[in-house]
Amino acid sequence: MGSAVSIQRVAKHFGRLQALAGVSLEIAEGEFFGLLGPNGAGKTTLISCLAGLVRPDSGRLSVLGADVAADYRAARRLLGVVPQELVFDPFFSVRETLRIQSGYFGLRNNDDWIDEILANLDLTSKAGTNMRRLSGGMKRRVLVAQALVHKPPVIVLDEPTAGVDVELRQGLWQFVQRLNREGHTVILTTHYLEEAEALCGRIAMLKEGRVVALDTTSNLLARFSRHALTVRLTAGGALPEALRGRATPSDGGWQFRLAGYHEVEPILAALREAGCTFDDLRLTQADLEDVFVGVMQGEGLGEGVGEGHGEVPARGAVP
Amino acid sequence: MIGFRTLLYKEVLRFWKVGFQTVAAPVLTAMLYLMIFSHVLDAQMRVNGVRYAAFLVPGLVMMSLLQNAFANSSSSLIQSKITGSVVFVLLPPISYVEFFFAYVVAAVLRGLMVGAGVVLATVWFAPLTFVAPWWIVAFAVLGGGILGAFGMIAGIWADKFDQLAGFQNFLIMPLTMLSGVFYSIHSLPGVWQQVSHLNPVFYMIDGFRFGFFGVSDVPPETSLAVVAASFLIVSATTLALLRSGYKLRY
Repeated sequence: MGSAVSIQRVAKHFGRLQALAGVSLEIAEGEFFGLLGPNGAGKTTLISCLAGLVRPDSGRLSVLGADVAADYRAARRLLGVVPQELVFDPFFSVRETLRIQSGYFGLRNNDDWIDEILANLDLTSKAGTNMRRLSGGMKRRVLVAQALVHKPPVIVLDEPTAGVDVELRQGLWQFVQRLNREGHTVILTTHYLEEAEALCGRIAMLKEGRVVALDTTSNLLARFSRHALTVRLTAGGALPEALRGRATPSDGGWQFRLAGYHEVEPILAALREAGCTFDDLRLTQADLEDVFVGVMQGEGLGEGVGEGHGEVPARGAVP
Repeated sequence: MIGFRTLLYKEVLRFWKVGFQTVAAPVLTAMLYLMIFSHVLDAQMRVNGVRYAAFLVPGLVMMSLLQNAFANSSSSLIQSKITGSVVFVLLPPISYVEFFFAYVVAAVLRGLMVGAGVVLATVWFAPLTFVAPWWIVAFAVLGGGILGAFGMIAGIWADKFDQLAGFQNFLIMPLTMLSGVFYSIHSLPGVWQQVSHLNPVFYMIDGFRFGFFGVSDVPPETSLAVVAASFLIVSATTLALLRSGYKLRY
């Protein structure tokens, strides 16, 4: 499959701030791609460059082969963007808003699809309501609906669940996952790392305008292994001398950092030999938060990171 | 012109939904001017052989038309910039030329509606003649177009409502009020006649008034040339701003 989104050496500065310092990314058709990074890392600037809201100083961006500057009409028709800010036009009702947005893309009589989006986002009962009267969560849903009126093959969601309640978040993700299954490419920025971990097949991490990590989610988790074994011994039991060196006190018990699961058995054997019994025993796995903190603190990820590389695995393929 | 029609429709719907404020209110203001000034002056003076109240009506119509054309595009743009909803028109495949024409045509339409409202509301006070209707139409459309495009420049440039209010109060109001709406510039001392000739709004009003009475301070052809040139200059400037993405696409 071809590239849904191609970003080549894109740089942008605002005054003295280098918002993007040569970002390159290739996102394949059908991917569910995550763009992570702390505030000010350049995520929104990058998305804005893709959407034509920000003009890069240098570099090229294209959506399904359409250059966002030279062939902007095609590029914008292929792209649906849910902006981060909760914006709305206070003059119109939900249905008017969606009809107008359809018209901007040259679509008239789009009511069948509008009805379908409204139903999927649980907005049908609000169709005639003025935008001003909607709650924040409802306005957020309308923003998603607006991004979808022209059935874009590539959908960009910029922090769509910021400040949104759990129920809406779940519903929104089900809908977006369905769109992804139906073939839409989805690009997501979020602060909720568990969301990215659960949804995204591949993740890029941005820091100070650069890509500092780029890999499949599972590879990122594997490379930043933070497996640990935590045991709480029954009262009276003492940790054998041989294990003291590598255990750290944790939560009323002891924690062993593991390089892999093969280290579990020898530790348990040593405890058994010493006659220890347990009140509690837990294995903890790395999560994306560990990876994120590690990357942002500058622990390099080795190969696959930096400028200009662009290997794109097929959807679902985990090398 | 894919998005043009919808953007124009949206812009018209926007002011029409608050028509009480955007159309009815300026008509009432113009009526108040007419009632007061004609009460004071109608019996005492004639201008260019026309009764004062009748002379005043076209001036008031044009002044309202121009001010409302400016208000429409400028307030629509600054509102959508400040609330952020301008992204809805920046994300779709709408060219800057379509963008320009949608806002300007909507501004002209609001201006024409207000102008027509003023004519209808004041028709009982002063008998009007329509000597050269095509001149009336030409000056109304071009004048509304100039102020509509100028409103776009102001709306794009201003970051805050008070900056836009400054534009409106310190530039548009003096230019329109001192353009010969309430008097013939021949009644002014020499130096102020010269100054008035530098004000493009003077030509809009003078040419517009010619269409009603067939008399004017300067030949209507001269006025039309000045107004058409102004329209081209302001439009070219607005289009250049839009093309560059100034304060819209960073």
